[in-house]
Amino acid sequence: MSDMAEPGLALQPEKKPPAATLGIFGWLRANLFNSIPNTILTLLAVFVIIKLVPPFIQWLLIDSSWTAASAKECRAAAGACWAFIGEWYRFILFGRFPYAEQWRPLIVILIFIAMFLASCDRRLWGRRLIAIWVIGGALVMTLMFGGVLGMTYVETALWNGLPLTLILAVFGMLFAFPLAILLALGRRSRMPAVHSLSVAYIELIRGVPLITILFMASVMLPLFLPTGTTIDKLLRAQIAIILFAAAYLAEIIRGGLQAIPKGQYEAADALGLSFTRKMRLVILPQALTTVIPPLVNTFIGTFKDTSLVIIIGLLDLLGTANNSLNDANWRGFYWEAYIFIGLIYWFFCFFMSKYSQYLERDLNKARRR
Amino acid sequence: MAFETSRRNIGVAPTAPAFWNNPAVRSIAYQTALIGGVIAVGAYLVHNTLVNLDRQGIATGFGFLNREAAFEIGESLIEYSPADTYGRALVVGLLNTLCVAGIGIVLATILGTIIGIARLSTNWLINKLASGYVETIRNIPVLLQLIVWWDILRVSAPGPREAWQPLPDIFISNRGVIFPVPVYTPLYLWMALALALGIVASVVVARWARARQMATGAQFPVLKTNAALVIGLPLVVFVLGGMPLELDKPELRGFNFSGGHVVSPEFVALLVGLTVYTAAFIAEIVRAGIIAVSWGQSEAAMALGLRRGLTLRLVVLPQALRVIVPPMTSQQTGQAIEGIALSMAVYLSISLLISLFMNWYNQFVRLVER
Repeated sequence: MSDMAEPGLALQPEKKPPAATLGIFGWLRANLFNSIPNTILTLLAVFVIIKLVPPFIQWLLIDSSWTAASAKECRAAAGACWAFIGEWYRFILFGRFPYAEQWRPLIVILIFIAMFLASCDRRLWGRRLIAIWVIGGALVMTLMFGGVLGMTYVETALWNGLPLTLILAVFGMLFAFPLAILLALGRRSRMPAVHSLSVAYIELIRGVPLITILFMASVMLPLFLPTGTTIDKLLRAQIAIILFAAAYLAEIIRGGLQAIPKGQYEAADALGLSFTRKMRLVILPQALTTVIPPLVNTFIGTFKDTSLVIIIGLLDLLGTANNSLNDANWRGFYWEAYIFIGLIYWFFCFFMSKYSQYLERDLNKARRR
Repeated sequence: MAFETSRRNIGVAPTAPAFWNNPAVRSIAYQTALIGGVIAVGAYLVHNTLVNLDRQGIATGFGFLNREAAFEIGESLIEYSPADTYGRALVVGLLNTLCVAGIGIVLATILGTIIGIARLSTNWLINKLASGYVETIRNIPVLLQLIVWWDILRVSAPGPREAWQPLPDIFISNRGVIFPVPVYTPLYLWMALALALGIVASVVVARWARARQMATGAQFPVLKTNAALVIGLPLVVFVLGGMPLELDKPELRGFNFSGGHVVSPEFVALLVGLTVYTAAFIAEIVRAGIIAVSWGQSEAAMALGLRRGLTLRLVVLPQALRVIVPPMTSQQTGQAIEGIALSMAVYLSISLLISLFMNWYNQFVRLVER
């Protein structure tokens, strides 16, 4: 089988693949027009895109008014009125927080973003990250409340807009976490009373929507407490979110606990570790690492669900946007306001979900062939 | 007996562990403490509540259900006026919730399944469009989306005189969506009966056909026969009854419509918003379910010479359903009913019912293992 056997059988020069499979046409053929149904679908999709996208771009950017001095001028333009956002963005972001002090909630937002970014760095996972969150949380509270270092005191009713959304979501998850671990361990406990109480709590909370729990917290919580005690409205919503998130987190952590092989429990027992040390040193570190992606997803859910606090009268990001639309001069620019806050929500949620997907792939590397 | 000797060598008899180290004793102590704590906290809260209610003069109990509600409800499936009781108002709310959730779940499941399959399409453009839909909708709070849909109908939609007319006799205006409905005749009752009969007959046919195929290997065109039974029987009754096709069409009278069926902007916004939002999550579940079916299954189906549609229907989807159903349960109990406030007990019972049904269905489609 040598190349020099017979002259007639000499190697032919390599032929190029057919032109139709190469370059941009090849790509188009393979990805858009590879069968008759696909061709029809592609043409249909292109038709819809041409019908919808150019008018939207026209409205969004080309016909839009960026610098109009008044709403009247804005209404004359055919496109979006971004001047509305220019006029109202500080109210939408910070709400009724004293105007001169609004650098404080701005720094709070930046602290939260910095903490999110720090949490993405896996070298920091562990005690250092907990320290970062504790210090960051304390800073956030100091900046929002004020009353020290020459900052004026600001009551919680004036904490509006994006900082409120972030505080409710982040503190909700942080405080729900220890409760969730206890509930998850309780659900796996062999003591019947502990087990059934945990199951009852988790299933009861998961069976009702967040709204009803927020209503309960805002209307009924004051009734539960001794006469004369008043609880801050923000704190009531925060407690509701913590209690709600804890039930969902508990189920996720339980999944992580179940995923740990029995040998790990037995090995910890064989070493003579007490229950607390077994959990703290052997089981929980492994269980929690496996469930980080669903934990991030729950955080995204909580972040979006905080928009429901508008129903009990707290002004979060959605609430401030809604209020800005009530201004008699600027009525009717709801698209602009909702696109603005929609983008803010979207950026936070999109990057968190992309990060959790990356993490999931990365953590599963060992298990994948 | 080496055990015995070694013990004797040490020369110290083992002592029983101290009673506070006995797991059984500890377990009882912990549980007693926990239950005691829960009861104590519960009693404290109940005591506070009773004292507070007494001071504020609020009566407890369910007597309020029989009092006059005195508020309007925009939309109701049963007769309701402000003079009716709170109990009836609650029932109206419950029926509205069930109506939105019921229609919403069906529409969202259909839309979600289509988008989930589209995300796996070999067509690049369709694939990207579906991904864009899911990534946009999933990452924006549902309440914001509901408000936008509501504002589109309230603010942007024209008045009844300039109403949008996507199809003849269907009008969309800021008063809601108005569409024609057939005028009721007793024949419809008979058609409903024929439909029920057709469904029962098709179940019987399907069972008989399966038994015959198991016994003899001969196939029976089940799908076509059953389609004919379910659609054909009511149609035959309709034709025999003289085809009374009288529609109650909406007509513009002055500043508003008369006739037809009106659905309020709130209802439409809720239905569209929940459908669009839930569909994005269902699409992800469907996609994950299809991916979970190993590629070898599709290859085997292709090797058998099945077309792509048949591969999906006969091989991939039945297996994917086993993965899809459990997460779908929480999707439909949790998401679809958000956005409307109702009493907790009512929600709980509905969620538990749906959950129960989905668990039963899950048992039915679950992978049977040894």
